[in-house]
Amino acid sequence: MTEAAAALNPAPSKLILTVNNIEVIYDHVILVLKGVSLEVPEGGIVALLGANGAGKSTTLKSISNLLRAERGEVTKGSIHFEGNQVDRLTPNDLVKQGVVQVMEGRHCFEHLTIEDNLLTGAYTRKDGRTAVQQDLDMVYNYFPRLRERRLSLAGYTSGGEQQMCAIGRALMSRPKMILLDEPSMGLAPQLVEEIFEIVKKLNETEGVSFLLAEQNTNVALRYADYGYILENGRVVLDGEAATLRDNEDVKEFYLGVSSAGRKSFRDVKHYKRRKRWLA
Amino acid sequence: MNASAIRNIGGWAIGVPLVIALLGFAFQGLASFNSSFFFAWPYFIEVLIAGLLQGVMYSLVALGFVLIFKASGIFNFAQGSMVLFAALTMVGFIEMGLHWTIAFAITAVVMALVAVGIERLVLRPLVNQPHIILFMSTIGIFYFLDGFGQTLWGSDIKVLDIGIPKTPMFVGKGMFEGGLLINSFDLVAAFVGAALVIALAVFFHYTRIGRALRAVADDHQAAMSIGIPLKTIWVVVWTAAGVVALVAGIMWGSKAGVQFSLALIALKALPVLILGGFTSIPGAIVGGLIIGSSEQLAEVFLGPLFGGAIQDWFAYMLALVFLLFRPQGLFGEKIIERI
Ligand SMILES: Nc1ncnc2c1ncn2[C@@H]1O[C@H](COP(=O)(O)OP(=O)(O)OP(=O)(O)O)[C@@H](O)[C@H]1O
Ligand SMILES: [Mg+2]
Repeated sequence: MTEAAAALNPAPSKLILTVNNIEVIYDHVILVLKGVSLEVPEGGIVALLGANGAGKSTTLKSISNLLRAERGEVTKGSIHFEGNQVDRLTPNDLVKQGVVQVMEGRHCFEHLTIEDNLLTGAYTRKDGRTAVQQDLDMVYNYFPRLRERRLSLAGYTSGGEQQMCAIGRALMSRPKMILLDEPSMGLAPQLVEEIFEIVKKLNETEGVSFLLAEQNTNVALRYADYGYILENGRVVLDGEAATLRDNEDVKEFYLGVSSAGRKSFRDVKHYKRRKRWLA
Repeated sequence: MNASAIRNIGGWAIGVPLVIALLGFAFQGLASFNSSFFFAWPYFIEVLIAGLLQGVMYSLVALGFVLIFKASGIFNFAQGSMVLFAALTMVGFIEMGLHWTIAFAITAVVMALVAVGIERLVLRPLVNQPHIILFMSTIGIFYFLDGFGQTLWGSDIKVLDIGIPKTPMFVGKGMFEGGLLINSFDLVAAFVGAALVIALAVFFHYTRIGRALRAVADDHQAAMSIGIPLKTIWVVVWTAAGVVALVAGIMWGSKAGVQFSLALIALKALPVLILGGFTSIPGAIVGGLIIGSSEQLAEVFLGPLFGGAIQDWFAYMLALVFLLFRPQGLFGEKIIERI
């Protein structure tokens, strides 16, 4: 961290997650992440932004280690959670340690009721029925709609309800950190707002840290504290959310406030990236 | 319970007796202008009941397939040899002088060990491979279990007797002259089958592991994402399938002796699965009942018209016809599509 940044952040909070220069290869040949580094402070909300195919989901999956089931592999770099190296752990171990992923496209269990979906989220817990029941109540308080639909099969609920179900299910594992992949996907703007409000509330009251991948840069940067912009498997820009929101290039390419006819972020920012990697 | 479920149950409650009555009248009609065709209502019902009870035995075997297919999408070709292996092992322990209940418990443990072995040595290394490769590997398991069981316990036909009465019984003397003849062994088998199904249903719906099993069956990636370990689930499923195979093996073994042909009754489970759907436990039951009863009725009443045994192929014909009209089976998992 530079001196200027340190000055901005007088009491640098403890990091819950550090990803250090990871490289990811699918099927032994397809190089997708080409050295990604990022940090999430304890109790923070960090946004991972970028266009289709930039590598956002891949980054989240390498942290939760769902990558291996898709024939992907972290070949370089390291990932630390609460100071411990976690890149060799199974998703089961990671959930037990407090990292859980909400996958892109929600992936609720369609033939299970909403309540059964939530209860499966508590699979790894060993603290007994009453504790699980209490948390079920907590989830219903955050998502009153889920309480109404608790006996419906998840497959028959709306997209918004499914997204809530997926987040609620993750909460049931009592996570310290949630990796949230494109919560806004396919939802009406008002619903997106509602979901992000709840994320913020969970972050503040339950102390859950979030790393969220989003294409909806606008909403993500309003709720996150910090942002990373990914392009082609590399971080091309990062900074405080407020700073990123005011950045001319981010405005132009990701917030859709266009003025000139430039085609890609990379065309203009090449020098900046170069500097970053030489530094 | 919702409206469509009630409509479903109502449909079955009216539909099934209707189909049976229609069949009866059709046979009666046939008999009235064909002298080589014998028909009497008590006899018809007797055959029907015998067929239904036989069907329960088919369901027992089909159940093992459904469990594994549901949780992992693998068609387990080895299910038949698991039935044989379990029965052989159980007989082996009984021959050592153990009481059958103890032999049963030990064999159940052996089947759990077989499940662990299959997960470690076959499934785990092949995970993420296409389903056809996993299917091929179950063919390998079929021949291994088949041969290994016979190496361990010998290959001669064995008698398995755990004291189930085999005497014929007469029931309903008030209704029909002379009553109806029912095989008490088949009746016991039906009760055992029902108990097993209820136990499985309770396990699936009300336990943590059972819920996890259904979750894995629905979306194994999502199940992994919330920390459900697939390996554990596979071991549980294969163990459950092993115990189901053991029960099927005991029932079939005490009826027909423990021998290689036990492994082949798995083939009879195929039409049951086509009818009931590969992913449905109720489907395996109803499918078994339909196949069992229609096969018996066809053999007894239509057989003479064809001049011989049609039992061996009738079930497959029925399944084939059925496949044309409803390829997902009677109870195949509904593909949820929101509109
Ligand atoms: N299982 C896989 N095998 C091979 N290539 C993959 C696999 N999964 C992803 N990729 C490739 O990796 C690249 C990054 O994909 P990723 O899903 O991480 O992007 P993303 O930023 O999440 O995009 P989106 O916004 O569309 O979700 C893409 O080019 C994609 O084709
Ligand atoms: Mg993605």
